[in-house]
Amino acid sequence: MTDTHPVLELRNVNKSFGPIDVLHDISLKVKAGEVLCLLGDNGAGKSTLIKTLAGVHKPTTGEIWMDGGRVSFDRPKDAADRGIATVHQFGGTFPLMTIGRSFFVGVEPTKGWGPFKIFDRKKANAVAVKAVQSFGITRIDDGDRLIGGLSGGERQSLAIARAVHFGARVLILDEPTAALGVKQASHVLRIVLEAKKRGIAVIFITHQVTHAMAVGDHFAVLIRGALAANFMRGEKSREEITDLMAGGEALADLDAYMESHDGHAPDLVS
Amino acid sequence: MATATSPKPADGPAQAGKPGVFQALGGLARRPEAGSFIGMIVVFVFFAIFGGAQFIGAAGAASWLNVAAEVGLVALPVGLLMIAGELDLSIGSVIPAASLTVAIISGYYGLPEILGVAAALAFGLAVGFVNGVLVLRTRVPSLIVTIGTMFAVMGLTLGLAVLLTGATSTALVPTPFWKAIFGQFVGGMFEITIFWWILSVAILAYVLHISPWGNWIFALGGDRESARNAGIPTDKVTIGLFMTSGFSAAFLGVCQVMIYQSAQVVGGQSFIFNSIMCVVIGGVLLTGGFGSIVGIVFGTITFAIVNQGIYFTNFDPNLGSVIIGALLLVAVLMNDTFRALALSTITKKKK
Repeated sequence: MTDTHPVLELRNVNKSFGPIDVLHDISLKVKAGEVLCLLGDNGAGKSTLIKTLAGVHKPTTGEIWMDGGRVSFDRPKDAADRGIATVHQFGGTFPLMTIGRSFFVGVEPTKGWGPFKIFDRKKANAVAVKAVQSFGITRIDDGDRLIGGLSGGERQSLAIARAVHFGARVLILDEPTAALGVKQASHVLRIVLEAKKRGIAVIFITHQVTHAMAVGDHFAVLIRGALAANFMRGEKSREEITDLMAGGEALADLDAYMESHDGHAPDLVS
Repeated sequence: MATATSPKPADGPAQAGKPGVFQALGGLARRPEAGSFIGMIVVFVFFAIFGGAQFIGAAGAASWLNVAAEVGLVALPVGLLMIAGELDLSIGSVIPAASLTVAIISGYYGLPEILGVAAALAFGLAVGFVNGVLVLRTRVPSLIVTIGTMFAVMGLTLGLAVLLTGATSTALVPTPFWKAIFGQFVGGMFEITIFWWILSVAILAYVLHISPWGNWIFALGGDRESARNAGIPTDKVTIGLFMTSGFSAAFLGVCQVMIYQSAQVVGGQSFIFNSIMCVVIGGVLLTGGFGSIVGIVFGTITFAIVNQGIYFTNFDPNLGSVIIGALLLVAVLMNDTFRALALSTITKKKK
């Protein structure tokens, strides 16, 4: 397939809001069928990075490339048209709408003629249920159920299935497991793997290292808007990654120093 | 890889096992209008018992149907707005303003009715458009924006009426044709407004529940940001809904001036709260995203029955307001319960 070109690539992207620099010189790539885990503490610039990828913000400088060609997103719709889909923490869905209706929000299937279009509820429900079930969530079998009645993991799964159904090639998952219990989170992780298997490039944003290590092929750690590390699966241990996120290698050094000095912290000048 | 797709889900009714009556009942109970339907039946039975034969007869039906039709005409679009997460209070002054527009143009100046009616309806659409644009541009809650436009329209109506006619009320004697389509009493007691209301119910039920636009309205009320991201033209939908509500209010104003053959600057304020009450009793969620046209119709009928039914009983008519107030509270509580039911996962206890 497109093994030569990454599906999505950032080249030296900077983003500042007025005098405040939020992203510094970010270069990242993600290939089809690969999961890129974006790790970072709160305020590290993850959200800004996602929004830049999704076309909400334009990079101040730097380039975005897709399939080996340079692209530029003026609106979120431009990114969406190119197959970049973002799924937010709570699934970005409507709690009081039915599964079928919310699945097709904005792209309602219709039947009928002329101005008398009819929302095709049966079709919407059937397609939505089928799409979710193909991701292994077999508990969802009735498209007339309300979204609000689903569990957090099911909502996430539904949102992911929706994005994939509508042709997403790059799936940006914004903290999909943050609010979930252990079992639910593992559901979502399985769906991430299923998406990967279908050749979708997944960008998985999280601060839970365990979840990242379960699915990631490629990891990037973001600290204060800059890439602090960029490595492949198996190159770093869980402890190293956690330390990186918590404040860089310095924290690991601190630990090591204190261990060998009876718990005393080093002098500030050293 | 072919096995990756799980077995085809059983469609709809084929869901093996026992769909049965209970599941059907359970399904009904989860509809947004379930609570309001029960409320309507209870209220009707109550007044049927205490109001006697007269209430059940044609005269009784006419009395509450007339009230229901008038308030229902504005309650429907207000309900749609509420489902989309907005409110419109300006209807309270658009109704008399539309009445006066017709009365001044066609009554005071004696121009053909069609001009007066067209001007009134155009005025309603214009107020709706202004409401929509102001809400979108300023991002001030529509409650506040429409209170503002309500007072503006009221002041404008008063000022212009006095300036043009020197009085705050104007008479109109409509020609038989206009009287027949907007102001006649069918069978001597049923306002023709009832039929316009039914038409309005049909159109808006189509829009909300059958056409794809209904989905947009629900999505708008559920989460405006997500709706926009999903590609819904949220601004157009919002302005369209405000214009529908302005138009409906003006339409009611036109009907009223044809019925009562005169128009006054004041009057119409009661429709603000009454329409909101009908909508809320009808199971629409105040914060948007949930509701149904049938529910609003039930809510409207419930409101009208209480409003009029009290006169058929031996109770002090002032008690009517107490009942309506209590009803509103009960309705909201009940709707919360039914909504919780709707949200409760319909976990059929299989495995």
